[in-house]
Amino acid sequence: MGLQTIEKLAILSDAAKYDVSCASSGSTRKNTKYGLGNSKNMGICHTYTPDGRCVSLLKILLTNFCIFDCAYCVSRKSNDVKRAAFTVDEVVELTINFYKRNYIEGLFLSSGIFKSPDYTMERLVRIAKKLRTEENFNGYIHLKAIPGASEEMLYEAGLYADRLSVNIEMPSEESLKLVAPEKSFKDALEPMAYLKDAIADSKIERRKSKKAPKISPGGQSTQLVIGASPENDKQILELSGDLYTTKKLKRVYYSGYVPISEDSRLPTVDKTPVIRENRLYQADWLMRFYGFSVDEIVNDEHPDLDLEMDPKSAYAMRNLHLFPIDVNTADYHQLLRIPGVGVKSAKKMISGRRFSKLREEHLKKIGVIWKRARFFINCAGLTNTLLAQPINLISNSLKPARLQKKNPNQLTLF
Amino acid sequence: MSDIIAAYNGSFEGFLSLIFDLYKRKVFPNKICGKGEPVDLFSKSMESYVSDENATRVLKGIIDKSNKRTAKFIYEIFLSEQDGIEMKLLHLIRYIFDGQGYRISDFSDPIIVDLHRVKKMVGREVHRMHAFVRFQETKDNMWACEINPDFNVMPLIGKHFKDRYPAMEWVIFDTVRQYGIHYAGSKIEYITFEGDIIEKRISDESTTDAEKSYQSMWKQYFKSVNIKERNNEKLHQQHVPKRYWKYLIEKQN
Repeated sequence: MGLQTIEKLAILSDAAKYDVSCASSGSTRKNTKYGLGNSKNMGICHTYTPDGRCVSLLKILLTNFCIFDCAYCVSRKSNDVKRAAFTVDEVVELTINFYKRNYIEGLFLSSGIFKSPDYTMERLVRIAKKLRTEENFNGYIHLKAIPGASEEMLYEAGLYADRLSVNIEMPSEESLKLVAPEKSFKDALEPMAYLKDAIADSKIERRKSKKAPKISPGGQSTQLVIGASPENDKQILELSGDLYTTKKLKRVYYSGYVPISEDSRLPTVDKTPVIRENRLYQADWLMRFYGFSVDEIVNDEHPDLDLEMDPKSAYAMRNLHLFPIDVNTADYHQLLRIPGVGVKSAKKMISGRRFSKLREEHLKKIGVIWKRARFFINCAGLTNTLLAQPINLISNSLKPARLQKKNPNQLTLF
Repeated sequence: MSDIIAAYNGSFEGFLSLIFDLYKRKVFPNKICGKGEPVDLFSKSMESYVSDENATRVLKGIIDKSNKRTAKFIYEIFLSEQDGIEMKLLHLIRYIFDGQGYRISDFSDPIIVDLHRVKKMVGREVHRMHAFVRFQETKDNMWACEINPDFNVMPLIGKHFKDRYPAMEWVIFDTVRQYGIHYAGSKIEYITFEGDIIEKRISDESTTDAEKSYQSMWKQYFKSVNIKERNNEKLHQQHVPKRYWKYLIEKQN
């Protein structure tokens, strides 16, 4: 009567795949002498699925039975799908055995909500606890914090997990109410706020004593579903920006909505363009690593990201008066504002120019994307004249090759 | 003036011994040939023999005049086995020994930039092997796997697996260079075999039943987590190039 583990695995990994968080990074956990595994700060992607996504963790639901009926979710109560539930031991065995074969960096465990949030959370914690205390497992563990679970339960989860996440899913309260009447922003934000404090406290305690427990050392993250509701990119990025500052999140993930099945509560949307998801991640990166504020990326005049051009190029096109930037004198933060210059190439420019003036060939070697950067810089032996070109010529060159017009200046007569 | 070609045996010790000889004779070549490379008959050639003592002196010299990190940088780049890499490394080593301050971060020097590029490639390959190793459990309680890295990264990957799997006995075998590393609880040891011993070890008859069952579960997992609507074969192959599929369980039918 009971399903084989492999059948459960098929159902419960299929149901977990729309959670896009894949990171196994941000936490360092050393192995013990006879233990199994460790966590590296940089994370490892062990393979990639045919859709091009990284596989780093065993990402599964404990069960897809759920008492909620959220329209965006494949496991919602009213959806006619096959249901299954792992036992605690099955999840532990799978994790250990996949890990020993070097298939994965660890476990990403989420779940449908059965009986009550605390009941569900208790099962997730029990698995993490068993892995850590009985199996001496020191690989990565990411647990979902179930909204509505008690603070004691969240704290215990933090003791065994490297990262915790509470998904907000819908980018605004109104949309959430519409598709998930049982849920509210508050349900997600409260555990986040609690965890933020618990994580911060544990860091302070550990400075006093190395014996103090680490609470979710890899921090916390969340996910927003994109394209299932009418929010524009400005609303989405403002929410992310706020979560990064007030909840100290490590990551916000953006999951382009894949219409899973018909549900009348969801506005009919075309398949969310993968490119929009991609642009949101680029914008997110600009906020976290490039020192951009949200309103420099999107504002009332431009509430949506340009799908044809990366957000930094779009920023530069709106602020041409700030360019060209002289790469031999500009400071690090100015260098980061140049389209086609990343964190690594900016750092290399800073160290390289101590030895000699940077020229075009140096920049190309350093890894600057010349195709884009050339419009926005001055360097030794080169005075920028490209910026004097008509604006449409510049912006045409900043687009991906397949979107570029051959002769943008030529009038089409027929 | 005709070319001066220096030949050595292809090993890192051999390369360092060669550097020692070059400085002793104060002759610097235009080309350095590793083992088995043809030497042009019309050019002057000089040959160098491996001396552990000389190699150690050169290595110590590099560390003294720069630091351990730079020495490791040189070693890792050497393992790339790229054509002409020895001459580029010689360029860096001469900078270090000629005492004008070493220039590992001089990104305005195209050779240094090129060395960094190669270092990055080696680093990527090490990272790939950390990801692509697939251990199989054999009936005699061993965890074995074969790999085919682009570069000679075996000396660089052992520690990662030792830290991760200290309580397992495992072996990783490079089928391109026909040698591997073996760990059984204490030290990592290099091993060489004649023939296909590892291949036999991980054949159907030699692996456990649990192994077969976890392999099919892993394949099932790989299939289930894919979002078919978003298949992107180009991106997939960019991340998992075809040449590595041979040893990836999830890519076998």
